[in-house]
Amino acid sequence: MFDNLSDRLDSVFKKLKGHGTLTENNIEDGLKQVRLALLEADVNYKVAKNVISDIKARALGQEVMQSLTPGQQVIKIVNEEFTKMMGSTHQELSFAATGATSIMLVGLQGSGKTTTAGKLAHFLRKIGRKPYLVPVDVYRPAAIDQLTKLGKQMDVPVFASTTDMKPLKICQDAKLAARDLGCDTLLIDTAGRLHLDDTLMAELEDIKKGINPAETLLVADAMTGQDAVNIAGEFDKRLDISGFVLTKMDGDARGGAALSIKAVTGKPLKFIGVGEKNTALEPFHPDRMSSRILGM
Amino acid sequence: SSAKSIDDDLFDNLEERLVTSDLGIDITMDMMARIKKKSRGLSTADQLRQVLKDELLTLFHEPGPPAPSIPTPYVIMMVGVNGTGKTTTLGKLAMKYKAEGKKVLIAAADTFRAAAIEQVEIWARRAGADIVRHKEGADPAAVAYDAVEAGMARGADVVLIDTAGRLHTQKNLMEELKKIKRSVDKKYKGAPHDVMMVIDATTGQNALSQADIFHKAVGLTQMSVTKLDGTAKGGIVAAVSSTMKLPIAYIGVGEAIEDLQEFDAKRFIDALFDD
Ligand SMILES: Nc1nc2c(ncn2[C@@H]2O[C@H](COP(=O)(O)OP(=O)(O)OP(=O)(O)O)[C@@H](O)[C@H]2O)c(=O)[nH]1
Ligand SMILES: Nc1nc2c(ncn2[C@@H]2O[C@H](COP(=O)(O)OP(=O)(O)OP(=O)(O)O)[C@@H](O)[C@H]2O)c(=O)[nH]1
Ligand SMILES: [K+]
Ligand SMILES: [Mg+2]
Ligand SMILES: [Mg+2]
Repeated sequence: MFDNLSDRLDSVFKKLKGHGTLTENNIEDGLKQVRLALLEADVNYKVAKNVISDIKARALGQEVMQSLTPGQQVIKIVNEEFTKMMGSTHQELSFAATGATSIMLVGLQGSGKTTTAGKLAHFLRKIGRKPYLVPVDVYRPAAIDQLTKLGKQMDVPVFASTTDMKPLKICQDAKLAARDLGCDTLLIDTAGRLHLDDTLMAELEDIKKGINPAETLLVADAMTGQDAVNIAGEFDKRLDISGFVLTKMDGDARGGAALSIKAVTGKPLKFIGVGEKNTALEPFHPDRMSSRILGM
Repeated sequence: SSAKSIDDDLFDNLEERLVTSDLGIDITMDMMARIKKKSRGLSTADQLRQVLKDELLTLFHEPGPPAPSIPTPYVIMMVGVNGTGKTTTLGKLAMKYKAEGKKVLIAAADTFRAAAIEQVEIWARRAGADIVRHKEGADPAAVAYDAVEAGMARGADVVLIDTAGRLHTQKNLMEELKKIKRSVDKKYKGAPHDVMMVIDATTGQNALSQADIFHKAVGLTQMSVTKLDGTAKGGIVAAVSSTMKLPIAYIGVGEAIEDLQEFDAKRFIDALFDD
């Protein structure tokens, strides 16, 4: 078995070398390899199916360029298709035209919301904004402590939430406190929850209605498997997310979830998390994702 | 439906189910080949599904026979990548052992993540377990060593060691984990008696790489699967169990202290076919 898609493609296309065009017959084997690579990268089954049929439509009848092997040609089409899917440029954060901006972080348990809130505070300060960290997770043991400590590490102010407060009330009070402190961007760290937990999803809907955030970011783990489409689809359906963040990209996960989440929500991947430190956040560049997913 | 016959659509449908449960391509292909071979004598979709379930069951590696005598304290070290549910599972386990009337001591050996110590302290309080903690940033191997020492001195039945989440690709952090294990063994020969890898059910194919590298570093003896209360099927743990010959001990089905169940392969497989 080849680990690498380009080796696999070169091997299936070996017999094809020298032929003029990619045809229905000769491309089938190549696409099979692409499909396997997508599934191994955790791209959702249905998403992979659609990607393959798009690639096939584009590839059929294309002249094999002199300078490329058919395998390279397929990879070129796959790369272009991926980049098109992921959006061709980095998407900046949006800020409120007037008044303070709220950025709400939502997602499953343990996906990296609190850590990302800390990282965004660092990032925002670097671009000249005044962040305010708002712990809204009143459920998980020591969740408020966690964000408070991250704030202290960076000397970023943190709203003094307590576990007996109601999440929406915390957000509303934090808005007033931010104004008093001269902070212009609130980072709302919500508790992790399952997308199918109706009560807790309704809580997020209420917060969103109550504070009208400029960004509602879904924070997802890069290691997520096939379920990414269900998770993202449901969070987007209920909260109309503005984008997503993929965490734990410093590992060796292929990160096919990026493609799945993008395909199901149409929302941009704005940042990737690349470590546990407050500085380990990078703007996402769509062109780099495809080679990672394909393991090249 | 039960009377449905066996056709290409059914095979496609089953293949999709296996892949979308995160079983992985290799196992899916293998399973499909096996049931295709066995499908000849069968007439209904239900029969074929049962054949598939039986084949899937063979993936799970059963735990060996229990040791003739259980050492006390029995030391269990929790390991895994970031955010999978190690601390929560440890809290639930502490409760389980307490309910069995055992004396439990927890080592707060995640000294790295913000408020990890405070978090595990709350779990210790909930479970009614003792805790050994140092300051944030302290050497986790020293915490584990002290906890085992305290467990031996105080006659604890079980010592549970919480460790910081770490990606398997981070060599220095994997070295740190080895060091924790060595220091425990230094205090108490043969401990930890179990090294439990905690895997999040929403994880895809990467769990194979995680388990492989953690195993090479600290010798896994079992795993637990968390967050099975979600919609993810957690099929990757079947692949891990099969390739690593690693038994699955528990499943996590919620965030509360009682949301821990013993793993049951049959029920797990049945759930793959629930919608
Ligand atoms: N290696 C790595 N670890 C990360 C990254 N982002 C978060 N983590 C770690 O993942 C774990 C979970 O992160 P949290 O920020 O607590 O996740 P959360 O979504 O707030 O969790 P809950 O509030 O319990 O739902 C922690 O150990 C973090 O240090 C990342 O980009 N890379
Ligand atoms: N729904 C659900 N949530 C769970 C389960 N187990 C753990 N969680 C949640 O997952 C999140 C992460 O759990 P932790 O126990 O902090 O995970 P961890 O592996 O110790 O994380 P790090 O120490 O940061 O690597 C928390 O919000 C837990 O409440 C489970 O079985 N079901
Ligand atoms: K489930
Ligand atoms: Mg959090
Ligand atoms: Mg922990």
